[in-house]
Order: sequence, then structure tokens, then C-alpha cells
Amino acid sequence: MTTLILGLVLGGTYALLALGLTIQYGIARIMNLAYGEITLAAAFVLVFLFQAAGISPLAAILLVGPLGYAIGWALYAVMMRPLVARSGGGSRLEVDSILATFGLLFVIQGLLLMVFGSNFTSIAYLDQGISVFGVTVALNRLLAFAVCVIAGGALTLAISRSRWGLVMRAVALTPSSAPLVGIDVNRVARQAFALGSALAAIGGTSVAMYQTFSATDGVVFTMKALVIVIMGGVGNVPGVLVAGFALGLVETFVATMIDPGLTLAATFAIFLGVLLWRPQGIFGRRA
Amino acid sequence: MSRIALAVVTVVLLAAIPGYLSDYSLGLMIGLVTYVTLASAWALFSGHTRYVSLATVAFYGSGAYTVAVLNESLPYPLVLLCAGLIGFLLALIVGLSTLRLAGIYFVIFSFGLAELIRQLITWYEVNVTGTLGRYIFLDVTARGIYWQMLALAVFTIGLSAWIGRHRLGLALKVIGDDEMVAAHSGIDLSRTKLIAFTLSSTIITLAGAIASPRWTYVEPSLVFNPTVSFLTVIMALLGGANRLWGPLMGAVPLFLLFEWLSVSFPDTYPVILGLMFIAVVFLFPQGLLSSAEAFRNRLKGGTA
Repeated sequence: MTTLILGLVLGGTYALLALGLTIQYGIARIMNLAYGEITLAAAFVLVFLFQAAGISPLAAILLVGPLGYAIGWALYAVMMRPLVARSGGGSRLEVDSILATFGLLFVIQGLLLMVFGSNFTSIAYLDQGISVFGVTVALNRLLAFAVCVIAGGALTLAISRSRWGLVMRAVALTPSSAPLVGIDVNRVARQAFALGSALAAIGGTSVAMYQTFSATDGVVFTMKALVIVIMGGVGNVPGVLVAGFALGLVETFVATMIDPGLTLAATFAIFLGVLLWRPQGIFGRRA
Repeated sequence: MSRIALAVVTVVLLAAIPGYLSDYSLGLMIGLVTYVTLASAWALFSGHTRYVSLATVAFYGSGAYTVAVLNESLPYPLVLLCAGLIGFLLALIVGLSTLRLAGIYFVIFSFGLAELIRQLITWYEVNVTGTLGRYIFLDVTARGIYWQMLALAVFTIGLSAWIGRHRLGLALKVIGDDEMVAAHSGIDLSRTKLIAFTLSSTIITLAGAIASPRWTYVEPSLVFNPTVSFLTVIMALLGGANRLWGPLMGAVPLFLLFEWLSVSFPDTYPVILGLMFIAVVFLFPQGLLSSAEAFRNRLKGGTA
């Protein structure tokens, strides 16, 4: 039961992270390998705000989320847009975006190492326990979970119900015909990339609330988010949410039953299984 | 013919060089030749197919770690053989599970592979053998390492040249241009990609094994340093990953530059690296060699 609840909490964070990544890849068509670095940067900013300025993490989210959006917006406008224009909609964009964000990964990681150092970081915030279905869970985890559920849920609703979500889905489906119905693909892609970055940042704040992390952990976060995206099927929002919770559960199970050092191995095992069994994603349709 | 003669003379000169070098310069030369090997081997697969492999250090580190584990129990040539075999098997596993799918799955798999192997080895060493960190005591001199690495570099470039003139090279180029066309012209996609990838990865693993005695002390977090993957890719890209001499042309200046940067700006070094990488992707998408050729052609066209 403890495993189940802790797994769900972890899964909430993962689902949120993967949601941002699938929006960036599915709509903006950018495979962002620096995704985990943005998450970490947000986590560090939260810790800094909490320790140096005494700002409560909840208030910090209101600051970090929009900041993530702004940074994503700027990154797309400055860095990704020229690549999109150069590729002319071909498959070259995929290779170029992989390479460019791989470079970006080192830039952000280098900056984090310079500013915050390479030590493991964590904060003690609301760490008193609360009983949930007979299991004692730290309040900070519940709060992080609530943040993820609210942010993820609101976005899922917006994408599936609103007109804005319809436009997003149109671009995701066929970027070449979206302009025919008056959609500015460039603007939508920029919004999507910025939104993905905002989700990465919010996910980062939830990581900072209950996990210990260091500046070189970005690859692991990116990797987990990528595996969830593939597991759920690229661009499939409900699939990604379910897959995120599934990975959280599996990882917590492996960490408690076998060894905490093997969580990435568990991620890869799932990845391998998906690749061999259903490459289109567990919830994706066959092409 | 004259080209081959030139290449032979260069190799002979390079092989004779250690006698005239200080220890520091020899160390520098070893690093340089190592990166020429890595970048050329990387380009052997990724250059033509445009399947970006981010797993260089996963193989390089595996090679080094194999030597660290086996160096006291087996004679050196056998250790190298084992390292090559491990690289080969690892590449086979990665290739068989990802290369029959779209390129993106391969990239993602390779992206996390080094971290996965690092965590697995760390876990195994801590929980099963109880020793994290190993020593390499081999009576291989710096000159010996240099000659072995030089031989591997020559072999890699020779192999690339040979492949480039044969069916395999043509098939790889077609795959890089358009997989659909490649499939329709009767190329066995998975098999072609798998052969090139295992060749490339085995060479990279051997490079790690040969370079490992330089370390003396080996630990998973040391040998699986992501910077190695990063440098390999940027070097191959700068020179031109789809050219025979491209990786070499990129590796030589960048290695010297990075060596200087890492000494002069130890703190900002990763940031500078990342920015340079992005600059290369933006400014020289086809590599320096292609840009130089285009420039020369434009000059010719301008005067004619």
C-alpha cells in the first residue's frame, strides 16, 4: 500500500513531465534532449528562492511556471525557429533539433554547475507525515502530487475541450494543412514549445519539494519522460498520463523491493519491452 | 596512387614521432589520435545514415571498464579481445531492438545508454563484488598506447574508405537520403544499419580499452563521462560526418582547442562547449569540408 501511494505521487510528477515533452515533440516537432535540464533549473531556482528569500514553494511555482513559459518561448524564437525554417518541414528537423538541444543540454548543465555546484540538493519543506488510507505520507509529497494533478488535469481538459486545444491538435495532426484553415503554425508551435517548458519547470518544482537531486541528473529525467511518451504513444495525452503513473509505480516498486540503484534499469526494461512488443505505444494505434 | 603514398608517409611519420616528444606532448598526441578514432568510427555509422548515436561513451567506457576488470586475470591481447566482444554484443542488443524502428527510438535509446550502464555497473560493484573503483596495472607504456591507438585510427579510416566504395557504403548513403527509396531498391535496411552500427561500436569499445591504462584508477563515474560522447559528435559534425576525412579535420583543431579551454577556463568550459556545439549545428550543417567546397565553387563561379 505504501508502495502504491508513493508510486502514484512519483507517477504524478512523471506524468506532468512527460506531458510537457509530448506537447513539445507532438506539436512543435522539436525533440528536446535538454528537457530534463529545464526541469532541474526550475528545481534549483525553487530551492534558491526558498533558502535565500524565504519564498514558499507554492508561491514560487506561480513564479517559476511563467518563467519556464517565457524561457521556452525565447528558446523557440531564437534557436528552434531557424532550424524549422531551414528544414522546410522535412525529416531534417528531427536530426537538427536533436543535435541543437544536445548542445543546449550542456549549456544549461554547465550553467547549473557554475551557479549551484555539483552537490546533491534538497529542502526540508512540510515534511511532517499525514495519514492517507493508513499510510503515512509526507505533506510535501501530497502537495507536489496536487500541483501535478491540477496542472496536468487543467491542461488535458484545455486540449481536449477548448478551441485553443483544437488548434493545437490540428497542428499536431497535420502541420502542412493547418495553415489552410487559418492557423498560424509558427505561433502555435512556439506556444506549444513554451507550454512544454512551463510544464517542465512546474514538474521541476514538484521534484524539488520532495526529492534529492543534483545538477547532472537531467539526462535521467529526460530519459524517463521520453520513455513515458513512447509508452503512451506520441501525442496521446491520456496515454501519456496513464504511462506516467505506471512508470512511477514500477519505479517505486523496484526501489522498495529490489534496489533503489536500479530504477533507471527498470525504465529501460520497460522501454525495451515497448520497443519489442508495441513500438506505437501501449495506447497508440498501429500506423 | 600518390594519395596512398602520402597517407603511408604520414602514418610512418606519425609512428616515428614519439621518440622526439616529451611525456606531455605524447599524452596530447594519444588524446588526439583517440578522438580521431572515435569521431571517424562514429561517422562510420551516423555520418551517412543520419542516425545520431549519443552513446559513444557507453561503448568507450565499457571498453575501459572491461580492461579494469580483467587486466589481472588475463593476458593483454585476450583482454582486448574480450573488450571488443563485449562492445560487439552490446551493439547487437541495442541495434536489434531499435534499428528496425524509426530513427528516433535509436536516438533515445542511445541517449540514456551510458547512464544505464554506469548505474548497472555501480549497482553490481556495490552489491555483489563490494568494490567500487578498480586499478589497472599493465606494463603498457605511453608509446605502446600511442602506437596501438594509431593503428586503430588507421584501421578505422581505412575501413571507412573501403566501405565507402562498396555496396555497404552505397546502401548506407541511400538509407540516409531516403529509407523508403532504399527499401524499394532492395536494400535490407535493418541488416545494413546493424552491420555499420556494430562495426562502429566495436571500434569505439576497443578505443576505450586501449586508452584505459592511461587512467590507472577506474571508476564508473570517471569512464562514463558524457563529455566524451559530446566531443565525438561535435568533432565529426564540424569536419563533416559524411566525408571520409571530415571527422579527422574536425577532431584535430577541436581537440587542441578543448585542451586549451579546459585548462584556461575550467569552470565555464561546459558552457563554452555547449555553445560551440550549437554554433556548429547552425553554421556548418554539412561540415567544414562541404562549406569550404561550396565557397571554392562560388569563387570559381564568380571569376568565370
